[in-house]
Amino acid sequence: MRVRVLAFARLRELVGFGARDLELADGATIASLWDGLAREAAELPAHRASTRFARNGTLADAATALTDGDEVALLPPVGGG
Amino acid sequence: MIGISPEALDPDALVRAVRGDEHGAVVTFLGTTRRTSPGDPRPVEALEYEAYPEMAVAEMERIAAETRERFGPLEIAMVHRTGRVVLGEPSVVVVVAAPHRGPAFEACRFAIDALKARVAVWKREVYADGGAAWIANQP
Repeated sequence: MRVRVLAFARLRELVGFGARDLELADGATIASLWDGLAREAAELPAHRASTRFARNGTLADAATALTDGDEVALLPPVGGG
Repeated sequence: MIGISPEALDPDALVRAVRGDEHGAVVTFLGTTRRTSPGDPRPVEALEYEAYPEMAVAEMERIAAETRERFGPLEIAMVHRTGRVVLGEPSVVVVVAAPHRGPAFEACRFAIDALKARVAVWKREVYADGGAAWIANQP
């Protein structure tokens, strides 16, 4: 399946992209997507506890199963205002 | 009016957008770029904001609805900047118009506090020496 991944702020810098389409194996979850990204970006695992995820614009937990065409966002702690 | 904007914010336009003849009080909050950082001794030159616009606007709409439910009747406008915001410029504007000042003040405070806690916007402090750091709001 193909999933669009969005990364913001510090997480965007660590993974090296703001938006990218990734090919994932069937049965992929947000957690397995994160683990794949973490293998490529040495500093990423340290941010796991503070990161929230969204699937198609709605907050979702890491166990969420993904389907073809999903948009997954990696959200660091917010800093608006 | 609820939104995310890459352009300079116009607080007066938001006041005009929400104010009506039934309103005896209009409270405006401007969040502006400040020279001093709470966590870094270097002078701040600008703040740079990025947003996940779809999620940010949806959450701001929810906050506006909660604000009306708790403190209404009232009208509310809430707009947040993206991009580079230099010293003294507003990064966020919240305007509440209500019949009386009590609910107007309370609603404005509630809305900006909720925005800072919940809305998908991120901030980087850019220092006069050229360095920069991402700054998260305190939970």
